[in-house]
This record gives sequence, C-alpha cells and structure tokens, in this order.
Amino acid sequence: MDLAFTPLQDELRTQARSFLEATESPTWSQLAELGWTGASVAEQHGGAGLSFVEEAVLHEEAGRALLHAPLWSTSCLLPFLDGADQAAVAAGEASWTLALGPLVPDLDTATNVAVVGGDTIWQLQGFEREVLATNDETRPLGVVSGGEAGRPLCSSETLPALRARSLAILALEAVGVGSRALELAVEYARSREQFGRIVGTYQAVSHPLATSYVELELARSLAWWAAWCVANDDADASVAAAAAKSEAAEAAVAACERAIQAHGGIGFTWEHVLHRLYKRALGIQSWEASSAQLRAEVASHLLDG
Amino acid sequence: MDFRDTPEQAAFRAEVRTWIDDNLPAELHGHHGGAARFDGPEVRAWSRALHDGGWVGISWPAEYGGRGLSPRFQAIYLEEEARAEAPPHIGVIGLGMAGPTIISRGTEEQKARYLKPLLAAEEIWCQGFSEPGAGSDLAGVRASARLDGDRFVLDGQKVWSSYAHIADFCILVARSDPASERHAGLTYLIVDMHAPGVDVRPLTQITGEAEFNEIFLSGVEVPLENVVGEIGKGWDVAMTTLLHERGTLGFALVARLEVQLRKLVALAADRGATPTQREALAREWIQLQALRWTAYRSLSALERTGLPGPEGSILKLQWSEANQRITKLALDLLGADAQLLPGNAPYDGYWTIQQLRSRGNTIEAGTSEILRNIVAERVLGLPRSR
Repeated sequence: MDLAFTPLQDELRTQARSFLEATESPTWSQLAELGWTGASVAEQHGGAGLSFVEEAVLHEEAGRALLHAPLWSTSCLLPFLDGADQAAVAAGEASWTLALGPLVPDLDTATNVAVVGGDTIWQLQGFEREVLATNDETRPLGVVSGGEAGRPLCSSETLPALRARSLAILALEAVGVGSRALELAVEYARSREQFGRIVGTYQAVSHPLATSYVELELARSLAWWAAWCVANDDADASVAAAAAKSEAAEAAVAACERAIQAHGGIGFTWEHVLHRLYKRALGIQSWEASSAQLRAEVASHLLDG
Repeated sequence: MDFRDTPEQAAFRAEVRTWIDDNLPAELHGHHGGAARFDGPEVRAWSRALHDGGWVGISWPAEYGGRGLSPRFQAIYLEEEARAEAPPHIGVIGLGMAGPTIISRGTEEQKARYLKPLLAAEEIWCQGFSEPGAGSDLAGVRASARLDGDRFVLDGQKVWSSYAHIADFCILVARSDPASERHAGLTYLIVDMHAPGVDVRPLTQITGEAEFNEIFLSGVEVPLENVVGEIGKGWDVAMTTLLHERGTLGFALVARLEVQLRKLVALAADRGATPTQREALAREWIQLQALRWTAYRSLSALERTGLPGPEGSILKLQWSEANQRITKLALDLLGADAQLLPGNAPYDGYWTIQQLRSRGNTIEAGTSEILRNIVAERVLGLPRSR
C-alpha cells in the first residue's frame, strides 16, 4: 500500500497548475497538445498511455482552475469508445458529452453528443443544441432537440462504470475547487487587519478554516481512493465514487461558504473569484445525485446487501 | 500509488490475525466496554503473551528489544488488534509515550534499564503532565522539583493519569527553577511510583468508572539519573512525548471506529432504522473510509520523507467527533432502552457507556480547540491566536 503521489503525478500537477494559471481560456486543441485529452488513451491510439490515477491529477487541477472545457464529460465516456474515436479525442479533434437527462453539460464546447437508447449508447445525429444561461458560467448546461440515434458507440451496460468514473472526476474537481477557496481565505486572513489585529488571529475566523482543511483532506483521501478503484476496475469502484462525491461536494461547498464569510464584503462581490468557485461547487453538488442521495445509496450497500 | 497491501504486508496481516485468533482468551475478546479492560491481571498476562509472540515494539529498534520493522507493520498490527477486539498491551503509555521519549532523549543507562521490562509488560508506566491548573496550557505546570544535592524533591499534584494506580514509573514535568515562568525552567523526570510520598487516588468519571487518577506528590525524592534531557529543558522533551502520543494513535483509533461502526450496522439491522438514521449511518461509514485512507496517506508521507504528512494532524480531531456521532446514533436507535445501565440493558449497556465515554474524546490528548489551533497555525500558516 502506498498512497503517496508518484513523481509522475507530481510532475503532471506542476505542469497542469502552471499552464492553467498562465492560460486564461485554453482551447481543446491546446489541451490535446499537452496530452490531457488523451491522457488515459493507449499510445497506439495516439494517447499518453497513462492510467486514470495519473489523469485524476488533471481533474483536480481543472477544478481548481475552473477550466471551461469538456474534459470531465469527455473522460466519462472515453474508455468505452472504440480506438478511432479515442484517437480523435486524443488528437483534439473530438470531444463528447452524454445526454442522460434533459440538461446536458458542456454543450457549448463538446463536439459530439451521446445518448442512451435501449441497450446501446449512440452518437446523436442531426440534432439542434441550445446553451442555457447557467449559474456556473464555466460549465454551462444546455438542451438538445430533434436528432436521432446514429452510430452505436458502446453497450449501455457500461453505464455503472461510466457513472463511477463521472462521480470520481466530480469528487476530484470538488477537492480542487474547495482547496483553492481555502487558500484564498487563508491568504486574506493572514493580511487583513481589523481592530488593530490580523483577523486570522481570531479563532472565530481561523477555526472554520481549519475545519475546511480537515474536511477537504478527508474528501481528498476518498477522491483518490475512488480514482484508484476506477483505474483498477476494483469491485469497490461504485461505492467509493459515491462516497467520494458525496463528501467532496459538501466539503467544497462549505469551504467556499467559509471563504466568502472570512473575506467579508469583498467575498460577496462579482469581481472576486470566490463566487465562481462557489458556483462550480454548487454545480458539482447538483450533478448526478446530491450528497444525501449518494448517502442513501451507500446505506443500501451497507444495510440491504 | 496503490491502495492494496503488498504481498509482504498482506502476509504480515494474515499472520497477526491468525496469531490473535489462536491466542486471545475468549473472556478478553470484545472486552473493551469499560475501565477493567486496562488493568486486570488477565490483561497483564495477555500483554506478556503478545511480547513473547513478537508483537510488541514492532517498529522499535532491535537493540532496544524491538523488531526494527517500518511503522507500516506497527500500523497493520494495531489495525488487526483493534479489529479482533483484543485488549491493547497494558503498557500503552510506556509503548506510545515513555519508551519513544527515552529512545530519542534518554541516556544509555536509562535505555538499558527501562526499555525491555516495558516491552515485556513487567513494568507499567503512566504520565503526569496535566495538573488542576495546567490542562491545555501545559506550560502552566506548578508541581515543583527542588534540587537537593544528588536528587530532586517533588511536590505537587498531577491529574488525568491513566494506569497510575498500577504503574511502576511515571514520566512527568515539574518546575525545577522556582523563579521561572511558562516553558522555561521545567525538568522532565522519571518518577518511581513506589517511592515514599506518592499517593494515587482514582478519579471517577462521567461513566461511573475510574480509568484515570490523580497523583499527589509530597517530598518525593527523584535521583538525578532520572532526569530525561537537560535540567530546565523539560518542555522540549515533553513535546517529543506528545508528538509520539499523537503519532502512534491514528491507526488504532481508526480501527476501533471500524469496530464501533460494525456494531452500529448490526444494531441498525436489529432495531430497524429510519431513512434519516440510515443516511447518518452511511455518513459515518464514509467518514471512516476517509479517516482510514488519510491515516495511510500520512504514513506513506512518513515513509517517503521521514516526517508524517500534515494530514495526520487531523486524525484525532476527526476521529473523536466521529466516535461521538456514532455512539449518539446508537442511542437514537435504542430509544429509551439506552437509559438502562449494564446488568439490565440491551447489549449490556455497551452503547450507553460508550456514548458517555466519547465525551472525553474531544478533551483528552489535545482538546479539539487546541488541535484546530495546531491546524490553523502549523498547517495553514495563520498567525498565532495567543
């Protein structure tokens, strides 16, 4: 058992963080050039041939940076696509989103849309898309209309595995979002003075931030457990991903709320980045299943199995 | 990154399991509802058996009677011991606090004299840090150590000392410089608990049991060779001890929580749970997984860098609150039956006692408030609040 990050993971993190800090709106082809879109695609299909535990680093960083690109929605589907489709993603020529319900994420950026029909997941063809104004501007939702099932992509038996992968990615993103909000709050609490003292000396300010740290690190442990289970097709993948997403989404939302409070008025303004982090955290909380719903699933696993 | 045991670790784990299964007397299994688990003669016998089986001092250096294995194997042992609901070695204070302090700060004579009998459960240790006026603020210690020729003479009162009623030795700090204040002028001593002037009185706690004691010291003579570290530099040595107290605690705590949760799942199945109770139970199961992997993350950092990771500082903080929630949830499932005491209660009052005992978890070994200060100041780098 070794839960430390490997040198490769550390290197990917450093690279991802500096790129995302320096690049305001990265394009899909830029991400492809860096090898991110095909991170876990086999080398024979033009990917980097890494495992999902390496790709996971990118999702945590993408969350932290509020990356506006269909990395999550594409990656959910990616391992279940055929070699040619995977190659197109790795090359930055295609990206995907799966329309599971009426609201479809990343519809403004994903080139292809997949739908479930019967026992198959199909590529949707001949449809129209409408992007809706969305609270989290970096991950807009939209609706598709018309169209028909075109090419079959894979069996819908992949859906449980696809969902575990999706939940694991959302958990990783949430940890990135929450950690960034906590860092901003700590920076502010270390410099802001009121009543002649740095506000971070007040335990009414510092202890909630300590609580955010505790919750985020626990959520990070779960998110990486889920990522490892997904990467290894482990039998615990579904329950681990549900556990991770339920904790990480709550930890991220709470960390953003505490960060807004620690900032006082400035944290409540449109010009500050905090509201963007908060809206992503709320978006993650709302997607697939809420923390409470996921806990109900975990309870079934524990009590009804 | 790998969330599985290596074959070597899995083999060690299986060996621990089999050994405990074969050797744990039936009357000691699950024997951890109350204070008696600590100090009965059968626990001393069990501790000696553990020592003879090679399960004590797993990560201690071989020259001091240990096995010299990595802390990883100590962690696996502690997990399996707790999962098997076996009582811990009677020398937990010696193994977790006194021993590591003597190894790191003691003289060669002290190491030769104290370490092996400690491992073998031949001599029991207790600690005397807290005083009535010095709890979280340990630097407020008032017990005095007056230098008199080749000895110190101790006067004062210590409190919250588990095992003191059966202990042979006590590690404590006392003020050796009467003019000193706060962290300066303290000396760290090994005190013979059988010396004249040592009086131990049990402290009855919220559960009605007495796990802890008060120690009254009146003119107790302590030879100079029992000083650990330098005279007047006891604060630094005490910090070494407290580091070990927190450092070795995590895995046993998490595994004990796993056992609590297992019992709670059984209770919920037995009594039936509402959707709200089911969700609360799921939350605790999730927290348990998070704590377990966080403990292993900290250990992995220790193995790579020689220092435990910062995430380790949150284990005790979070464990204590989780144990309080779990035991409270059990009361909720039991309803009015939870009011009944051992003797006439379902599950022999296990949950009633456990819930009351859990209120101490956020106070002992560093209050949650102090631990949040530590996270805020040492991990997040916020300014000191005091």
